[in-house]
Amino acid sequence: MRVLLRNPRRELEIDGPLRVHTLLERLQLNRESVLVIRGDTLVTGDALLEDGDDVEVRPVISGGC
Amino acid sequence: MKCRSCRGPAVIELRRHNAGFCGECFLRHCREQVRKAIEEFAMIAEGERVLVAVSGGKDSLALWDLLLDLGYEVDGLYLGLGIGDYSDESHRYARAFAEQRGVRLVEIDLPADVGFDIPTGSARARRVPCSACGLSKRHLFNTAAVDGGYDVVATGHNLDDEAAVLFGNVLRWSTDYLGRQLPVLPATNGFVRKVKPLVRLGERETAAWCVLRGIDYIVEECPMAAGNKHLGYKEALNAIEEQSPGSKHAFYFGFLTRASHLFRPQAHAEQEGLHPCVSCGAPTTGDRCAFCKLVARATAP
Repeated sequence: MRVLLRNPRRELEIDGPLRVHTLLERLQLNRESVLVIRGDTLVTGDALLEDGDDVEVRPVISGGC
Repeated sequence: MKCRSCRGPAVIELRRHNAGFCGECFLRHCREQVRKAIEEFAMIAEGERVLVAVSGGKDSLALWDLLLDLGYEVDGLYLGLGIGDYSDESHRYARAFAEQRGVRLVEIDLPADVGFDIPTGSARARRVPCSACGLSKRHLFNTAAVDGGYDVVATGHNLDDEAAVLFGNVLRWSTDYLGRQLPVLPATNGFVRKVKPLVRLGERETAAWCVLRGIDYIVEECPMAAGNKHLGYKEALNAIEEQSPGSKHAFYFGFLTRASHLFRPQAHAEQEGLHPCVSCGAPTTGDRCAFCKLVARATAP
């Protein structure tokens, strides 16, 4: 699957199938700090991601104060 | 995972609520949280005109959308900060939202209208960029609201923002700031009321609101904010939240109910010492307000 990461923007190819929470663990990302979007749909941590999926791991932390 | 409300497939899990939600039930949850915050803290009365400070990011666009959705009369205010491509892009998102919804966006451009941009102005004034930016926003939002006859300025500060600011203020025991850290700052002489209707929503929720509502927003982080203390506090709090969901909510709302009042006398004393700035007329404790001092330094030849 193709995984889009932001800040900085970059793409990774990762083999499926794997669960969203496993992907986040592998990327060492805190699940409180991101949303995971498959195609144009939000998915929860237990969703199974397959080869061929387009996945975006979108950070939600913003630094304005 | 199933939706807590309708048992359909969930699209988001909110661990602090120990629940998953489908898209429709999640949007209803967000509306309920904002309505509850507005009512609990008496933020906006019926018929009042609201000006939302819009950055083009997820929080301010979600807030504008939510307030419109809840039936309030709301215009947006965009402040161009002159931060290169980042400002150009964020401006496009703010304009696109206003055009799509057919609502009014008031625009101020810091370089064109005031004479400096944040990167060079903050360097000339020897201030941290985020500090110069925050000061400019607070001053110009209030001035625009007073000039435009608005009753309320609403900002997109969410639960994560408030918990991170509280964390920083407690770390340094900044008692003057602690006394003013409230979801509502009442109108005083020269200041319109300021409200934070998103305090019951975390930033995962405001981002998810935008995704589900089809709102495009600037995802990239402000280049001036990279590595700032506020981001570090958020990361620290999220590390705690991951181990103990609900910690941020308990920290912030516990402060409001159990400790905030202890710090208010100092904030009230400061309010009573306000008088008009000799340069612009905005309320200040000195002769000249902090914004006028910033402008003088940032635009000095």
